[in-house]
Amino acid sequence: MVNSLVREKINNSDLPENTRKTQVEQARVAREIKPAPPRYRNELAKYIINRSNACIHCGKCAEVCPQGVHILKPGYKLFAAPRLNVCIGPSCQNTDHYCVDLCPQKALRMVENPMMKVLGDYRWTPDLILSTWKMSETGSAPPVEFGYEREFGNSGGGFDRIKIKFPEKPPIEVKPEEVDTTLELNRRNDGRPQIKLDVPWYGGGMSFGSVSNVTQLSKARAAVAFNTFTCTGEGGYMERLRPYDDHTITQVATGLFGVREETIQRVRIVEFKYAQGAKPGLGGHLLADKVTPSVARMRETVLGISLFSPFPFHSVYSIEDHQKHMDWIKHINRHALISAKVSTPTDVDMVAVGSHSAGAHIVHIDGGYGGTGAAPDIAKKNIAMPVEYGIVKVHDFLTREGVRDKVTLIASGGLRNAYDIAKAIALGADGVVVGTAELVALGCIRCARCESGRGCPRGIATTDTKLQEQITVEWGSQRIINLYNAWRNDLVDILVKLGMRSISELRGRTDLLMHMDYTNDVEPTK
Amino acid sequence: MPDKYHIKTKSMPARRPKIGKVGIVDWREDCAGCRNCVKKACVFDRYRQEAEYIRSLNDMDSIFFQCMGCFSCVQQCTKGLLALSENPVYSRLGNRYWTPDIIETTWNQAETAKIPVSGAGYRGRFTGPGFDSMWTDMSEIVRPTRDGIHGREYISTAVDIGRKPAVLHFNSLNVNHFPLITIPMPLVIDLMPQGYKLPNVVGLCKSLAAQTGILMIVDYRDLELLGNDLDTSLPNLIFYIDKGAHLPPHSLLKRVRMVEIGDDNQIDKRISDIKAINPDIVVAIRVDMGSEGVVRAKELGQKENAEVIHLVADINGDQIGVNQPRFIKDMVREVHNFLVSKGIRNEITIIAGGGIALPEHMAKQIICGADLVGINLPLLIALECVFCQECNDGVNCPADVRNVKESYGVGRMVNLIAAWHDQLIEMMGAMGIREVRRLRGEVGRALFFEELEEATFGKLFGTRKN
Repeated sequence: MVNSLVREKINNSDLPENTRKTQVEQARVAREIKPAPPRYRNELAKYIINRSNACIHCGKCAEVCPQGVHILKPGYKLFAAPRLNVCIGPSCQNTDHYCVDLCPQKALRMVENPMMKVLGDYRWTPDLILSTWKMSETGSAPPVEFGYEREFGNSGGGFDRIKIKFPEKPPIEVKPEEVDTTLELNRRNDGRPQIKLDVPWYGGGMSFGSVSNVTQLSKARAAVAFNTFTCTGEGGYMERLRPYDDHTITQVATGLFGVREETIQRVRIVEFKYAQGAKPGLGGHLLADKVTPSVARMRETVLGISLFSPFPFHSVYSIEDHQKHMDWIKHINRHALISAKVSTPTDVDMVAVGSHSAGAHIVHIDGGYGGTGAAPDIAKKNIAMPVEYGIVKVHDFLTREGVRDKVTLIASGGLRNAYDIAKAIALGADGVVVGTAELVALGCIRCARCESGRGCPRGIATTDTKLQEQITVEWGSQRIINLYNAWRNDLVDILVKLGMRSISELRGRTDLLMHMDYTNDVEPTK
Repeated sequence: MPDKYHIKTKSMPARRPKIGKVGIVDWREDCAGCRNCVKKACVFDRYRQEAEYIRSLNDMDSIFFQCMGCFSCVQQCTKGLLALSENPVYSRLGNRYWTPDIIETTWNQAETAKIPVSGAGYRGRFTGPGFDSMWTDMSEIVRPTRDGIHGREYISTAVDIGRKPAVLHFNSLNVNHFPLITIPMPLVIDLMPQGYKLPNVVGLCKSLAAQTGILMIVDYRDLELLGNDLDTSLPNLIFYIDKGAHLPPHSLLKRVRMVEIGDDNQIDKRISDIKAINPDIVVAIRVDMGSEGVVRAKELGQKENAEVIHLVADINGDQIGVNQPRFIKDMVREVHNFLVSKGIRNEITIIAGGGIALPEHMAKQIICGADLVGINLPLLIALECVFCQECNDGVNCPADVRNVKESYGVGRMVNLIAAWHDQLIEMMGAMGIREVRRLRGEVGRALFFEELEEATFGKLFGTRKN
C-alpha cells in the first residue's frame, strides 16, 4: 500500500483546527446495574406449572420455592397467577424444593410452554430471546439451572455450528478484573483522535423513523455508560440526541436524509452506509405509514409518502470516488474518524482494502443476516453472503496485503450474544456492531412487523406516539446497560477460560474455534 | 428505446379467509371482563375483524387466523387467559419443498401484486437444499459493474427463444434460417403437472399469457379448453405435441409461433415435418430429467437442428425416478457448462422447469445456466389453492378453483407475475445487471454454499462431514 491513495499529512496541514464542535453539555450515565423487570404483566416462560383443582391451598409450594413462583398473598384464599418466568424448570427436580414432588395433593404439573413453538425463529430461538431478556433484567447471565441454550441458535450454519475450544486449564491464569476488553478504533496513525471503546462492540444504525426516539435515546445512554457508540442511522440527527454527541456516530447514507454540515461536525465518528446486510444492493426503505409528521420534518420529506433511498451512492463508482467522498467529510470535520459500512459481496475483501486505501479508519462489513426496519424478503434471504465468511475473507486479504493492523475491522449481521462476538473476533474481526439484540432487550420478540402500519406493536420500532409510550428512556437504557454488562461478563469469562488478558489477543485465533460439521483436523498455523 | 415492460395490476382480495401462521387460543373461562380488554388494544385490530368476520359467516368452512404474532395481548391480559399457538392448518400446508411460507407469500403476492416486505433480519435457516444453497451477489463500491448510473427502470428482462447460429451458412442465396421469439420476461407457463390439471385453469393461463406477453405451453389435445377466441391468443401459445401424438392441422401450425415436442428417437423427423409446414416456427424439445436426462440434454444441445431444449424436473425440482435425485439447478448447470465448453452454448435456448416456486428461484436458475424458466404450480397457488394435491376433477377443491371467475383468476395470476417481475428487477438491480440475457450462466454473480464453505472454513476446520 505504498501508493495508497491517501496523503493524510498534506490534507491535514490545509485544514482548519476548529471543525468539531459539540455545543451542548454532554450527558453522563453511570454504569450502574439495577434490576429492570420485564414490562409485561404476563412474562413468557419456558415452562408452565398447571394447578389442578385438587389443590387445597395449603401454601406448601409457596413456602418451598426459593424463586417465589407461587404467590399466596396473605388474606387471600386463592393463589395469584404464578410468576413463571422465574421458575427454573425441570432442573428443579434435582433440588429439595421441587414443588411438583412436594405438593401433598399432587396438584401441580410442569409442562413445557407450548407457546415456545411460536416464539422466535431459527436464528433467535426462544432460548436466546428469553436469556437475553433475563440478562437485560438482571445484568448478568441467567443461572445455568434455567437450562437456556444461550450460545447457539438453530440456523444450522455459521456461528450456530462454530464452537470455541476451551482448554481444560487456561495456559495462564488471568483474573477477571485484569481482562482488557477495550477496542482501539483509529489505527491509521494519521493525527486524528485515538478513540478507545470499553467494550468491543457498538450499537448499529437505526434511524429515527424506523425506531422511536425512546429507543434511540436508550441506546445512546447505554453507549455512554459503556464508553462506546450508538449510530443515528440515515434518518437525521434528533435534537434530543445532542447531549450524547460524543457517543454518537452519524450516518451518511444514500438518501442523505438529515445530513447537514452541522451534524457532521458534532460527532467523533461518521459512517458511510454504502450498503446494508439485510438488503444489499438496495437502498433504505421506510414505508409510508411510518412517515409521521415528526419523521417527515426530520427527513425534510412529505408526510405519508414511502421513502426509498437510492442505491448506490450515485457519486461513487470507484475507490477514487469513495476517497473523494471521505475527503469531503474529513474536511468538514477534521477530528472525526471515518467508517465505511459495506455489505458482503464476493469481492468484499477488495472493498475492504479499497476502503482502507481511500482513508477509512473503520471497515464495517454487514453480513446478509443483519437486521432491518423493512426490506424485501427476497433480499433478506438471498442477496450477499453471511458475515461469517466475510470476516474470514477480509481478515485474510487485509493480512496478505500487509495492512491488517492499519484497519479496524468491524463485523455485524446476525450477532446475538457474547459468544457470537467472541467467535466473530476469533474469525478475524476487531469488534462488532449489534442491533437486534438491543431491541430484544427492550422487549422485541422478532415478530418482523417493524414495517407495518403504525409500526411495532411492542413500541420499539415505531414512531406512533401512543405505542412508544410503552417504554420509558430510563427503563430502556437500564435494560441495554444490563445486557451490555452481562455480555461483558461473558466475554471476560471466555477470555479467562482461554487465558487471555486482552480481547485483542483473540483476533484471528481461528485455531481456538471448531466447526461442528467439520473434521477439525487442520494443523494450527499460529 | 422500446416501450417499458409494465404489467397493469389491481388488488384482488382473497375470496376466502387466509390461513395464517399463528392464532390466539382464548380460555374464556375465568375472564374478568375488564372494560379495557387487551383485545381492544390490538395494534392490528384483529379481534374486531375476527368478530365481524364471524358475524358475516355463511358456512363454517374455515377459521379466521390472521394474528400477527406480536404476543402483546398474550402478555397483557389481566388474567393471562390468552395464548399464542401455531396454526396446525398452516403448518400442514404444502409439502417439504412447497413450504407453508412459500404458499403464504404466493397468496399475498397474488392479492397485492407487491413485493413482500418485512422488518427484522432473515429468520430462516443458514442454508438449505436446492436453491437455498446459493446466494446471489450484489455490486459494491470497487466494482462499478452497474451498467452506468441508470436506475432500475432501464433494466431489461426480455429474453429470446430460439436458435442463434454462430455463423451464417449460405445455400443457394438462402441464409440458413432460424426464427427467434422475444418475450418480455424470462418465464413461460408450463403444463400443469399430472394430478394438478383443472380444465378451467388452462383458459385462465391463456388470458394471463395474453395480458403479460409471456408464452404458455398447452397440450394440443387440450385445444377445446382454450375457448373460442383462439386467434387473439395464438401468438402466446406453445402447442405441446406429445411423443407419438398426431401433429396439429397445418392451418393451425401455420399460425402458431412455437411448438414443443416430446423427446424420443423420432425428433429429427418431427422437427423437419413441422418445419416443412411452417419454417417460421420455433420447435422446443421437452426432456424429462430422469436418470438419463443430463446425458440426453447434452446430446440434444449439440444437435444442429435443436433450437430450444426444455429440461423438466419433478414439481420439487428433483430428478425424476431415481433414488438419490439431483436438483434441477445442478443438472442445468452441468448441461450449461458442457455446452459452454463445446463453444455452442449461445446457439441454443434452455428452458428449465420444475421446482420454480419463488421469484428468486427464477433468478438463481438463470444464473445456473437456463435462459428462462417454466412455472406452473405458483399460478395454481395464486388462485388460493392450498396445495392439498388432490385436484382430481376439482369437485373437492378446498379453494374451489373450478368456479373461479375469469377476471378474478386472471387478475390474481397477473398480480403474481407482476410481483415476480418486480422482484427479479430488484435482484438484478442489486447485482448491477441490466439485462437478464446477461444473467444466464453468470455464476460470478452468485455465491454457492459448498464453494464458500470450502474456501473459508475448509482451510480452517478441515473436511466437511456430511
